[in-house]
Amino acid sequence: MAENVTPRVRVPKEAAAGEVITIKTLISHPMESGQRKDKEGNLIPRSIINRFTCAFNGETVIDVAMEPAISTNPYFEFQAKVPQSGTFTFTWIDDDGSTYEDSKDIAVA
Amino acid sequence: MSYSRRHTLAMIAGSGITVMLGARMALAKSAEEMIAAFTGGAQITGEGLTLTAPEIAENGNTVPVEVDAPGAEAIMILATGNPNPDVGVFHFGPLAGAQMASTRIRLAGTQEVVAIARMSDGSFARAAQEVKVTIGGCGG
Repeated sequence: MAENVTPRVRVPKEAAAGEVITIKTLISHPMESGQRKDKEGNLIPRSIINRFTCAFNGETVIDVAMEPAISTNPYFEFQAKVPQSGTFTFTWIDDDGSTYEDSKDIAVA
Repeated sequence: MSYSRRHTLAMIAGSGITVMLGARMALAKSAEEMIAAFTGGAQITGEGLTLTAPEIAENGNTVPVEVDAPGAEAIMILATGNPNPDVGVFHFGPLAGAQMASTRIRLAGTQEVVAIARMSDGSFARAAQEVKVTIGGCGG
């Protein structure tokens, strides 16, 4: 299990109904690719986040299948439509089965 | 039959080239296989996919890439020169404001980055860009 995994998400606090907003997410994670070797020449086993999803009030915005070629501390920027006030939920799924979650509320003025 | 020194050297050099070509073709094939698995063997005809990546990346560990394909359902990114060519697949849901996303990827060396988009009408689009990498990003 990766240590000190901290998700960080940037979502505007307010939007107009139907507005398209930009969301930026970053999560601290080593994303060990399974290609590197340690000092003794042993392969360091793969340990990555393999899936990221974002949903708004339960409806999918984006669902990303991730491979070891995604960099350390995976960063994603994408756009979402905001039909009404609600909550964005962000989920990262680790190779070891653990999930990391974050959520952000947005108000439609 | 006796071999001269010159012949032997030429043969060794020749076999080395063959092995390298073989390895390259094996990698290229697996990227092709991944594209075939994603498209289901369909022809890639459509336009409308933009792949933005730097021409020169100093550090192969974090190379920013952006894909943008209005009307796409899913976009796959491949790094054809990596030990594992697949990078990731973006699936866009009903609330995606635009079918675009950007992220940071690892590139083992100078190579072609390829993106394939599956459009909502079932067609496929392809975009590719060569990225020069100064320091590779696979370690080991």
